[in-house]
Amino acid sequence: MARVWKFPDAINTDDILPGKYAPFMVGDDFHRYAFHHLRPEFAEQVRPGDILAGGRNWGLGSSREYAPQALKRLGVAAIVAVSFARIHYRNLLNLGLPALDEPEIAASLRDGDQVTLDLEAGTLQRGEEIFHFHPVPEFLREALKEGSILAYYRRYQKFPGEA
Amino acid sequence: MRPQTLAEKILSRHAGRPVWAGELCVVEVDHVMVVDSIAPSVLEVLQDLRAEPRYPDRVSFVIDHAAPAVNESVAAAQRQARTYAREHGCLLFEVGRGICHQVLIEEGIVQPGKLILGSDSHSTTYGAVGAFGTGMGATDIALAAAAGRTWLKVPASLKVVLRGELGPGVGAKDLALEMIGRLGADGATYMSIEIDAGDRFSRGERMTLANLCVEAGAKAGLVLPGGEVARDYAVPEWLRPDPGAQYRATLEIDLAELSPRMSVPHQVDQVREVAGLRGRKVDQVFLGSCTNGRLEDLHAAAQVLRGRRVNPGTRLLVIPASSLVLEAAAEDGTLLTLLQAGAVLGTPGCGPCMGRHQGVLAPGEVCVSTSNRNFLGRMGSAEAEIYLASPAVAAACAVAGQIALPEDLEAVHG
Repeated sequence: MARVWKFPDAINTDDILPGKYAPFMVGDDFHRYAFHHLRPEFAEQVRPGDILAGGRNWGLGSSREYAPQALKRLGVAAIVAVSFARIHYRNLLNLGLPALDEPEIAASLRDGDQVTLDLEAGTLQRGEEIFHFHPVPEFLREALKEGSILAYYRRYQKFPGEA
Repeated sequence: MRPQTLAEKILSRHAGRPVWAGELCVVEVDHVMVVDSIAPSVLEVLQDLRAEPRYPDRVSFVIDHAAPAVNESVAAAQRQARTYAREHGCLLFEVGRGICHQVLIEEGIVQPGKLILGSDSHSTTYGAVGAFGTGMGATDIALAAAAGRTWLKVPASLKVVLRGELGPGVGAKDLALEMIGRLGADGATYMSIEIDAGDRFSRGERMTLANLCVEAGAKAGLVLPGGEVARDYAVPEWLRPDPGAQYRATLEIDLAELSPRMSVPHQVDQVREVAGLRGRKVDQVFLGSCTNGRLEDLHAAAQVLRGRRVNPGTRLLVIPASSLVLEAAAEDGTLLTLLQAGAVLGTPGCGPCMGRHQGVLAPGEVCVSTSNRNFLGRMGSAEAEIYLASPAVAAACAVAGQIALPEDLEAVHG
């Protein structure tokens, strides 16, 4: 079972990882500062497999990939949100950290919920309730078969769908 | 052929086939920009790919995000960026040359109709001269450098139509904040904002408009080439939206009705009239950033500061967006006006915008900034407050020591 960490609308990349704690500034320990201002207990208490639930426009702001990288290092298994900001969404995709834009599921999750995530089956279970995710688009499915778009490019020297 | 928006036209050129909103396509990239703070991650991905930039002279490294180096970690990252650039024949812009977006435009790397990717979200700035500029993370940037192309979804477009003319004391920053306030921070997510400004606004003012489009979530912010830009650039004949092109939405703004605006803590889309915020004590004013660190911004501030002094309870930090801006301000006397008023001058670059150096805020402090983000803790303490404003309003706040409009200041005698 994994814990749900619930966040409000408009979580920005400075919330996820403040710019002053970028690896550029503090070196390799940057993930210890995830949500430093908003939830100082987060980096200590989050456990591998935990899930973040967000509201609208998760990840707005900077293009800093080290923000989702910090969450990945802490073992976050997925982020379910009402909607995502675009640069951040691509970053999550590139890091292989599942970003699920599922408004109904995100809205119904509560802080501290205990859930079981099954990405293969596309389901999230809370007690007796089972939520189903929407299928991933073809372009991404192709890429994810190789692990990521980066892995796809490394192998084929082209992007999915390219001649 | 179905009519196209400006974004659809530019992306069609780069995809080698006509594309419309909603299509996924692979596009040729004209230039890739990497900032110092992201460079180590980009180089790590390139190493992982066992790849080098396909077109090294179409890749720029800019040392601007905490320059000169603020500590050893930053110094090491900057050294890595400059060594790589030199060894691989990429372009390198050193400490003090200025903020990436300003530098790429000054250097003429950004031209109408081009597609430019930057490792910084404010890469939408390139839309000021009719280029499709967008920000991406380290992995996407590395992949684009290696492949010379990237993948993206053609964005739907949102059209901004302007009517009337701005009144005195109201500028491009006020318009941009009004736009963000009306759209909301996710009002243009995944979209291209296409601004029809006619012949209004200088290149610099257009940069302010395009720069802030990302604060509404936009993928690109394109200002239709006109006025100064149409005069100074070779604008290709095809670079205009077709009559009948499809827009997701249209936002009309009557410029005559605009008054000075501010974003209040802690979201950019929380936009208010400055008039209603008067009296809040201000500890620091930051005049600079890729949003408002240009010559016209320094001029606007100098006009307010001429013959006046910065309030003894307030610090005014001026950080020109580039070395060329600094030179021009020195040459035309603007710099002296600012210094005589009590301004403190910093090295051209990003300055304290993201809380790393040159003006970090203490708990309880209030900063009026001409930059682009007022997120909680962005410029230092999470107990500090950031208000975003135009250069003229920022200068007035510096003199008054509190939130104020230029017209609130006592007249200058003599």
